[in-house]
Amino acid sequence: MKKITVSFTLNGDQVEAEVPSTWNLLRTLREYFEITGPKEGCGVGECGACTVLIDGKAVNSCIYPVAEVEGKTVTTIEGLAGEDGTLHPLQKAFLENNGVQCGFCTSGMIMSAKALLDENPDPDEDEIRTSLSGNLCRCTGYVQIVESVQKAAEMMKDKS
Amino acid sequence: MIDYEYLKPKDLEEVFSLLKSYGERAVLIAGGTDVMVNIRNKKLAPEALISLRGLEDLAYVKKGEDGYHIGALATHRMLETSSLVQSELSALYDGASQVGSVQIRNVATVGGNICNAAPSADTASPLLALDAVAVLRGPGGSRKVPLTEFFTGPSQTVRASDEVLVEFEIPSEMGQFGSAYHKHSRRKAMDLPILGVAVSLKIEGEIIRDARIALSVAAPTPMRAMEAEAYLKGKKLSDDVLIEAGKIAANEASPRDSLRGKAWYRKEMIETFVPRMAHKALERLKNR
Repeated sequence: MKKITVSFTLNGDQVEAEVPSTWNLLRTLREYFEITGPKEGCGVGECGACTVLIDGKAVNSCIYPVAEVEGKTVTTIEGLAGEDGTLHPLQKAFLENNGVQCGFCTSGMIMSAKALLDENPDPDEDEIRTSLSGNLCRCTGYVQIVESVQKAAEMMKDKS
Repeated sequence: MIDYEYLKPKDLEEVFSLLKSYGERAVLIAGGTDVMVNIRNKKLAPEALISLRGLEDLAYVKKGEDGYHIGALATHRMLETSSLVQSELSALYDGASQVGSVQIRNVATVGGNICNAAPSADTASPLLALDAVAVLRGPGGSRKVPLTEFFTGPSQTVRASDEVLVEFEIPSEMGQFGSAYHKHSRRKAMDLPILGVAVSLKIEGEIIRDARIALSVAAPTPMRAMEAEAYLKGKKLSDDVLIEAGKIAANEASPRDSLRGKAWYRKEMIETFVPRMAHKALERLKNR
């Protein structure tokens, strides 16, 4: 099995991994780094459960070749909370507004929402729904998820 | 078992030399949103993937005196968020902004969408309706192929195995056309079109000076409805004329029955959406 070595920034830390060259980023995160927030749902880029940020942009890590993260910055849900454990406003808002049911889609939802709010701190409902259209949730019907993102946007505005 | 080398050439020369040494055993990968899925589904089993992502200078959208230039590595998201594409190449905005999800559009490239040559490719009809020309580069030099001659069948193109698609050129004249693309699908996102219809029009007063009509999932390859275009040229604009153009375009199409829709349905939808997209294109011209 052919192997490659990649180094990149993972949730603020400079890391290096030697993994099979066929591995995608998701598998590397979960099996090499034991970062299990990103989930494999469909494995083909349709459900968004594996969503992480690469250089600030939301991507499906399940179809992202790990070789391509060389030199890039990867953020997963594990990288959102402060060092003292203070939750990110999005995490807080999802918990407080019933944005989480079974939880499988949640880390992907929050990462897509983070990419949106970083780019557009004051999105309307349509913009939120478009940004989350690549994240499937089979529990909630999305209403509370959209509300959670709206609440998080308010919280982040109040802070700044 | 899946096992391949992942090669990351730094420039086109290196791509050509890798293509030469690996030949058919290698597959080019850009964004990878199709290639990675096809490997997983065992439709592809390459010995090597040759990544084009090192060719960062091929990710651009720009306008020059000689027309518009779109680098093959421009992502769908780049096209979607480009004010130039939104205002002057609107049909391409419509197509690019409706591919997959934000996550897909952030990595999937327009060159990949076209080289993958799915009959349903959402950027194909818009580019056809904008008279795009594909620029292919090989070890021996460049050649330009009008997109009308680029597709040869489902997943088949004229690109030779030692060539790389580097750019699309769109004539500056197309900036005077209004254009629009409709992706007809059941869901609003994360779906392939049942049918794609792109129309671009040039108007002088009440007279249609020039027109392009392009269709996806209406034939084995994305296609132009040239009889309908010829019919429109020089006609006075009216609902009847646009409806007739829709009928002619439907006759030119040869869609098949598939899981997503029946041939007769696709033809009826061509009749419906050619006039609608013509109206949308004209509306945009007015508001420019």
